[in-house]
Amino acid sequence: MNVPTSYLVDLSGVLFALGVLGVLLRRNTLVLLMSVELMMNSANLAFIAFARGAEALGGQVFVFFTIAVAAAEVAVGLALVVMIFRPSTAWTSTR
Amino acid sequence: MTSDVILFFTLALIAVASAVSMLLSRSAVYAALFLVINFLTIAAIYLLLHAAFIAVVQVSVYAGAIMVLFLFVIMLLGAERVEATRREIWQQPVALILAGVLIVEMAYVLFTRPAAQQPLAPITSEDFGSPASVGRLLFSSYLLPFEVTSILLLVSMVGAIVLTRDDRKEKP
Repeated sequence: MNVPTSYLVDLSGVLFALGVLGVLLRRNTLVLLMSVELMMNSANLAFIAFARGAEALGGQVFVFFTIAVAAAEVAVGLALVVMIFRPSTAWTSTR
Repeated sequence: MTSDVILFFTLALIAVASAVSMLLSRSAVYAALFLVINFLTIAAIYLLLHAAFIAVVQVSVYAGAIMVLFLFVIMLLGAERVEATRREIWQQPVALILAGVLIVEMAYVLFTRPAAQQPLAPITSEDFGSPASVGRLLFSSYLLPFEVTSILLLVSMVGAIVLTRDDRKEKP
C-alpha cells in the first residue's frame, strides 16, 4: 500500500482518542479494559507505519514486544477483575 | 496510488466505525465483537504495510487469545456485574471536556504541520517484514528483550493464578 505515512498516523491518533473517550466515559470495567487495548493497538499502528516509512525493521520487532506485554497486561487485569467482582458463592464442581 | 488510497480509506472507515460502535454498544459481548472487527481491520492494514508476521501475530494473539479471554470473563461474571456502582456527578462532563481538549490538540498537531503528503518510496529489500527477517532480528539484536519478555509472561501467569485462587479451605 502506497499511502503517505501521515494518513496512517492520523488514523492512529483518531483510534487513540476514541480509546481515551472509552476509558473516561464507559462505566463497565471490561469495556474500559477493551478501550485500553484499543489505545495500545493504535500505538502499534503508528509503529508499523513509521517502520514502513523509514524501512526499519526494528519497529516491527518492537510491536511484537508490545503485543506480548499487552497479553500479560490483559491476563493480570482480567484476573484482578475476576477477583474484585467474584460471585459470593463460588461456582465449583463439588457444590 | 488512487486504488491504494481508496483501499486505505475503506479500511480506516471500518476501523473507526467499529471502534465507535464498541464505545456505544450497550452489551459488553457486542463491544468485544466490535473490537475483534477493529483488530482484524488493523491486521489487514499491517499486511498492506509489508508487516506479514506482525499481522499474523495480531490476528492470533489479539483477535484470538486476548479477546477469547475477555469473552470468558464476560461469560463468567455476567456483563452487568462489572458495572461500577457509584459515580460522581461531575465525572462525565469533566471527562468529555478533557477528551475534547485532547482531540482538538491532536487534530491541531496533525493538520498544521508541514505537509508530509508524498507517497512512500517502494521498499528496496525483498524480504522486508517477512517472518524470516523479523526472526533473524529478534534472535540477534533483540535477544535480551526477547528473554525478558519470557520472564514477563511467566510473572503474569503466576500473578493471574495467585489472584484468582480460592482462599477458602476445602471442606471434607
